[in-house]
Amino acid sequence: MRAVFCRSNLLHMGTCILTTCLSMTLANVSTRAQDVTKRSAIDHGHALFLADGCSECHGTVGQGSRASGPRLAPQPLPLEAFLQVLRHPISEMPPYVVEVLSDADAGDIHAYLASIAAPTQKAQDIGALNR
Amino acid sequence: LENGVGTVPYTPARVGTMAKDAEPDLARRSLLKGSAVAGIAALTPATSATADTALSPAAPPRPNALPNRVAETAVPAPLEVLTEGRSGSDFMVDCIKSLGFDYIAATPGSSFRGLHESLINYGENKSPEFVTCTHEEVSAAMAHGYAKAAGKPLAIITHGTVGLQHASMALYNAWCDRAPVYVIVGNIADAEMRRPGIEWNHSAQDEASIVRDFVKWDDAPASLQHFADSAIRAYQIAITPPTLPVLVVADGPLQEDPIPPDQTLHIPQLGRLAPPQGEIAAVEETARLLVTAENPVLLPDRLARSQAAVDNLIVLAELLQCAVVDVGGRMNFPTRHRLNQSARGRSVIGQADVILALEVNDLFGTLNSYRDQVHRTSRPRIASGAKIISLTAQDLYIKSNYQDFQHFQPVNLAMAADAEATLPSLIEAVRKLLSTSETDKFKARGDKLAAAQATALAQARSDAVYGWDATPISTARLCAELWQQIASEDFALVSPTSQVSYWPKHLWNFEKAYQFLGDGGGMGIGYCAPASVGAALANKSLGRLSVALQPDGDLIMTIGALWTAAHHNIPLLTVVHNNRAFHQELMHVQRLANRHMRGIDRCHIGTTLREPFIDFAKVAQGMGVRAEGPITEPGDLGPAIARAIKVVKAGEPALVDVVTQGR
Repeated sequence: MRAVFCRSNLLHMGTCILTTCLSMTLANVSTRAQDVTKRSAIDHGHALFLADGCSECHGTVGQGSRASGPRLAPQPLPLEAFLQVLRHPISEMPPYVVEVLSDADAGDIHAYLASIAAPTQKAQDIGALNR
Repeated sequence: LENGVGTVPYTPARVGTMAKDAEPDLARRSLLKGSAVAGIAALTPATSATADTALSPAAPPRPNALPNRVAETAVPAPLEVLTEGRSGSDFMVDCIKSLGFDYIAATPGSSFRGLHESLINYGENKSPEFVTCTHEEVSAAMAHGYAKAAGKPLAIITHGTVGLQHASMALYNAWCDRAPVYVIVGNIADAEMRRPGIEWNHSAQDEASIVRDFVKWDDAPASLQHFADSAIRAYQIAITPPTLPVLVVADGPLQEDPIPPDQTLHIPQLGRLAPPQGEIAAVEETARLLVTAENPVLLPDRLARSQAAVDNLIVLAELLQCAVVDVGGRMNFPTRHRLNQSARGRSVIGQADVILALEVNDLFGTLNSYRDQVHRTSRPRIASGAKIISLTAQDLYIKSNYQDFQHFQPVNLAMAADAEATLPSLIEAVRKLLSTSETDKFKARGDKLAAAQATALAQARSDAVYGWDATPISTARLCAELWQQIASEDFALVSPTSQVSYWPKHLWNFEKAYQFLGDGGGMGIGYCAPASVGAALANKSLGRLSVALQPDGDLIMTIGALWTAAHHNIPLLTVVHNNRAFHQELMHVQRLANRHMRGIDRCHIGTTLREPFIDFAKVAQGMGVRAEGPITEPGDLGPAIARAIKVVKAGEPALVDVVTQGR
């Protein structure tokens, strides 16, 4: 949005409102498109996370398990590091090769993991975790 | 023939073919009813004559003629011979009672019908009480769980061949888990005594061969006195460490026929058993190594058979102020004790300079990391130069075929002895070596460990928050919600914890040996449900609240155990961890699909329990168990568990089916 305002400042006052409105409209469309794209990537990543079996060891929200796989979310590894571990794991996880999971699909999975919010509660606020 | 008369203890069906024996035999058996005597006596003249002829020196021998031809072709009396006195199976019941069994679990089978009848009538179905099971695997696994909870064996009876085959996997689990299970199996050794057809199918030359690789000792007694001796011997062998399953065959005719009145029988007494302790010089050397170490670690696995082991391990750890990493084959050490370092076991083991392994089954797997890949690799977790001491009764008894003895781990000192029995002398040896300066040094070490323990507990609680509100319900929440409701009870977790990511070990406060019993030993699926019922049976009279975190794949294999729980009013709370899959196997297939670079989107085939989902609540209700579910919303879980606990406290089993995350 900041870029839109910068551009609109260069325009004549008479056309400013119209231009600004047009610019903002285009910008909104662009943002929504980006949002849709992002949302689509997250949804796609979520679907892949479940379908490709990541969730079997790491949990459906990437919470991890002490028995089968570490926590992946929230705050997953940066994408590059994430891809590195995916292709060349150091743990028991078998490698996900590019023929099985493309970089684009892996990126969508990463987008899903990055979209997962941190827990809203702390352990000390949950009665069942304080016995 | 004379010898035969003198030693064969039962002959009722043979009177037609051994006529000369019939009269003295019947005379001895005043217990036979008159009608039977009359019926048999009607055959006597002909057979006697034949016998006389055969034995007469005046009669010339006839080539190719058998002396007892008439006797051998005569038709036996078509009359039931009734027993008025005691049968052989009555005596067998006396032997069983002498061993103090509270229960005897079985699925009925004709090869032990005599023993069955004697148990419920002659024995009045008390001490032991007959526990009806829907499958021999259930009987054997119940005995496995019972033995660990009660600290003594439960007897089971299995049908010949097929019944023992059914029981075999559960016996293998008990073998691997060092649990004493007392097996009696029916058989008809004498082919002439078998009815055509089914009794041949259910008899074997060597019945015990079906399971001999994983029972400690077996016998097939040929007489009642032999049975008595073997029954007591088997019990003694079973409960002497290493505690393991044993088997005694109860021969069919031996069970069913009357005890001859002139037969003298006695039941040997079981004496006090002293388990084998470690050799004293080795114990003293172990104490010296532990006291002089910078970072000694105690590593118990299947150590505690009783609370005494837990208490002694606490004493030893506190004397040394050293780390304890509980491998988890039993509840060996309180989970919230300041020295319990199990949650960070790998790093603690990596820093150790002396490790004392106490009844550790897989020492190699505990001290090394191992990668499941095409090129298998392993790497030591222990520091170079660390001294390893092994103290286990497993070294006293081992067999070759089944590989449950695990990868060989070289050690510096191997004590073949019972660890629980050796702990008191090890404590004394350590005490003798301690000085004030060492005590001060140890205190500083203990304080560091205590801080690490507190951090580990906080970390576990923090980790459990992730996915707290997820659907399916997280295993962390499953375990935490259950713990919240039983924390103030005298509880016993009678199931393993590996399927629920070991959360109870991290979140629950275990203090007593009976509060956790370890896993299924051989990891044969179908252990948890019946073993939990067996353990709950042991806990019933002690007023303990038995709870099981029950995997769904395991439950569907031996679900008949629920009926036994309902039928015998065995209070047990079963919380089903229903991830709707044989989930471990699902992960294995995924691993191989990835290794073969074929994608893992088809790995649900053959591994999942979908289409339809199993409605465990309905199945349980159909077996008479109060049940509800499937619980899918995290918020519904706590109230459902609370309702189920009320049922269990009233003395009945209850089940809550919870749809959960995979792990």
